[in-house]
Amino acid sequence: MNSISVRFEGVSKHYPHFTLDNIGFELPTGSILGFIGPNGAGKSTTIRILMGLIHQDQGAVHVLGRSMPAEQAAAKMDIGFVSEDMRLYAAATVGWHMEFIQSIYPRWDQSYAASLLQRFDLKPQQRIRGLSHGQRVKAALLLALARRPRLLVLDEPTTGLDPVARQEVLGELMAVLADEERTILFSSHNTLDVEQISDQIVFIDRGRIIDADDKESFLDRWRRLRLVLSQDAVLPRFSGIVDVAGSGLLPVLTTNCFEPRMISECQEMGATVQAVDTMTLEEIFVANVQSRRGGKLV
Amino acid sequence: MHSDLVISQSDGRPMYLQIMEQIKQRVAVGEWARGDEIPSIRQLAVALRVSVITVKRAYLELEREGVIVTQHGKGSMVAPDPDLSPRLYEQELAEHIDQAARLGTLLGLRTEELTSRLKRAAQRLIKEHV
Repeated sequence: MNSISVRFEGVSKHYPHFTLDNIGFELPTGSILGFIGPNGAGKSTTIRILMGLIHQDQGAVHVLGRSMPAEQAAAKMDIGFVSEDMRLYAAATVGWHMEFIQSIYPRWDQSYAASLLQRFDLKPQQRIRGLSHGQRVKAALLLALARRPRLLVLDEPTTGLDPVARQEVLGELMAVLADEERTILFSSHNTLDVEQISDQIVFIDRGRIIDADDKESFLDRWRRLRLVLSQDAVLPRFSGIVDVAGSGLLPVLTTNCFEPRMISECQEMGATVQAVDTMTLEEIFVANVQSRRGGKLV
Repeated sequence: MHSDLVISQSDGRPMYLQIMEQIKQRVAVGEWARGDEIPSIRQLAVALRVSVITVKRAYLELEREGVIVTQHGKGSMVAPDPDLSPRLYEQELAEHIDQAARLGTLLGLRTEELTSRLKRAAQRLIKEHV
């Protein structure tokens, strides 16, 4: 069995106004990877290269052991793909789409499809034209899930969904992971979704990967230290400080490689450590992007 | 075993700590009895809709603390250690006392003031239960 489902090595793609630069990451089988980036960062371009829809200029892409884009036809039998701009036939019904997909993919699971219809509150006789945005997203997801693909690739699956629908979708994605042979890669700018269900996280900004790690390490590495300095104390300096905010006597240090020894080091330099705050993935992402863009990284 | 842990997103603590604490409480009150089989990492992750890696981390730490044991191929279960519940409370108490001491320092309380306030709180609790 291949334990890596997706591998990018040195992948680049040049456009007149945008360059995807040296993208490299690995996604182990049985886990979820969340791809986070601002709009226009290169998330969709990366996903399209993964799917063989765009051909990279340089670098190697392996998906489920197959080389992309050369072996994309074979790879796609095992990949379920849902993207925001995917069009279903407006005049056709949900049920028509289900039969159509079933006729192409032999592993289609009709009883799973039926239970998804119920959980997503969709009816086979509904025409796509009459569906809301959220219902269309759920219909597209149903068509991908019921094929029982080994890899699910989802470009912004929760964008534009109401909170109830979002939790339903996240719940279904987690249910897929009950089978440890299945793998999910999804992109989002909703860091809350990514923080909730992802095992691996990749931050992308302006066409480059700016940080990648497993989620627990990410959350462990980043901390905010709230200090109180006395009049004559100097601001403690050590490597790994990505930002200094707050006021002169009440500085707030942000670090991306927190270690407990930092607290005692601050105290030795005459500062009182008032609090050590954990950070949400959103705060980490914003701090990360700002420090890279501003070149403030020590 | 049904896992009805409830994870809060507005709770400032990391999710793995919340999972650990709730499992410890289940064990402490005896809902999850000694030697009982507990959900697998993947089962609990799916039920809670949180990352496998987060639940894995919670289980690893619980194992390290001796609350649960994991056997290869057989899954995880509550440790058969008979002193489990007092030890869990002992640790929680230590954490809360540290926290109280820290807040006291922030408020500029003297050590004597802090101890007398703890004493008053304990006496009040005893009175309420009589």
